[in-house]
Amino acid sequence: MYSFEYARPNTLNEALDILCSDVEPRLLAGGQTLLAAMKHRLTAHSTLIDLQAIDALRGVSVDGAILRIGAMVRHAEVAAHIEIRGRLPALAVLAEGIADPSVRNMGTMGGSVANNDPAADYPAAVLALGATIHTNLRDIPADDYFLGMFATALARDEILTAISFPLPDAAGYFKLPHPASGYVLAGAFVARFGDTTRVAINGAGPCVFRDAAAEGALSARFHPDAAAGLHFDPEDFTEDLHAGKDYRAQVLPHVIRRALTRALA
Amino acid sequence: MLLTLTVNGREVSRNVEPRTLLVEFLRDGLGLTGTHIGCDTTQCGACTVHLAGRAVKSCTVLAAQAGGAEVTTIEGLSGDGLHPMQQAFIDHHGLQCGFCTPGMIMACVALAHEDPDMTEAQARERLVGNICRCTGYNGIVAALMDGAKRMAGDV
Repeated sequence: MYSFEYARPNTLNEALDILCSDVEPRLLAGGQTLLAAMKHRLTAHSTLIDLQAIDALRGVSVDGAILRIGAMVRHAEVAAHIEIRGRLPALAVLAEGIADPSVRNMGTMGGSVANNDPAADYPAAVLALGATIHTNLRDIPADDYFLGMFATALARDEILTAISFPLPDAAGYFKLPHPASGYVLAGAFVARFGDTTRVAINGAGPCVFRDAAAEGALSARFHPDAAAGLHFDPEDFTEDLHAGKDYRAQVLPHVIRRALTRALA
Repeated sequence: MLLTLTVNGREVSRNVEPRTLLVEFLRDGLGLTGTHIGCDTTQCGACTVHLAGRAVKSCTVLAAQAGGAEVTTIEGLSGDGLHPMQQAFIDHHGLQCGFCTPGMIMACVALAHEDPDMTEAQARERLVGNICRCTGYNGIVAALMDGAKRMAGDV
């Protein structure tokens, strides 16, 4: 790891002061992705701004049909949270399936969504549920947030503070994980609101995306069988040593079917 | 930077580089070599310790992140004699070469605190972050389940 300075501000304003004045600063949430990348010297920063002491980034609350989760809430907290398990169980199940228990004790929702790894889990939930990403500057609709591989709408002087999830009538998540790393080869989060279904696909391409054909079919019929007729064009899918494009395209209807089965369970 | 934290019940202060990993601080700074470095890539779990009561992989936590917090390593798990989980590992032959064992035990103690009544399938699933390259998993799973019961005072 290249050397850096470490800061642990107690307020969002203190964090922003460092973020805006330092040469090459980087926000540190749980560090479960960032520190691994820094150890490999894939990335280097002048200062790591540890967000753990900022109370405003914590907390889970439900207001009417909106579930709000602070950016620094850890995966293990989401997985175990009684209200999340009751009101949006698909999200608790998603959190419970990230990496392993020790990683879930450090990793945070905000860190995952700010990083936007194509094989990460949370972006699929954020996009399928049409969540709102709150920052110190503005509220960003999920549809405008995910811009590409590891790319988001977040500006350099912007800190993701919380995410608000509209509570759906039904939702389910299923991923085909790589058997060794656990990263998503192909995943789908389906969410039903009234007679509309939103479908977000992760792992298969360079960035999480919604699929109009799948949403049309699943809006007309919210049933596992509705996934059987779906076809995906592998053209823009990811091709790497773990899986080819064609494989990802072929497996996706089955992934969606299982996500639907979970949503209806 | 001056780093102060509590390790195994004792407050320690050291000057460290901010890039010092928690596992490096424990091993090289404090001489607590019971915490092992296996893969150094957050996969194997040999470096598992407790940070503020939660199991974490100390190769992917900065020592600075633990500043002000309480850390427990295998050396501090039991004040006197063996911890019930350590005894369960002995009784069920939950180790072969022993390299993964400190991390396994720290992970198992945390899992047992969270859910003493886990099924075997749950025990296997929850140990996914700790790798034994001797592949001695049957003994480890048996030790986890029995150790969890002992910790809960059921045995």
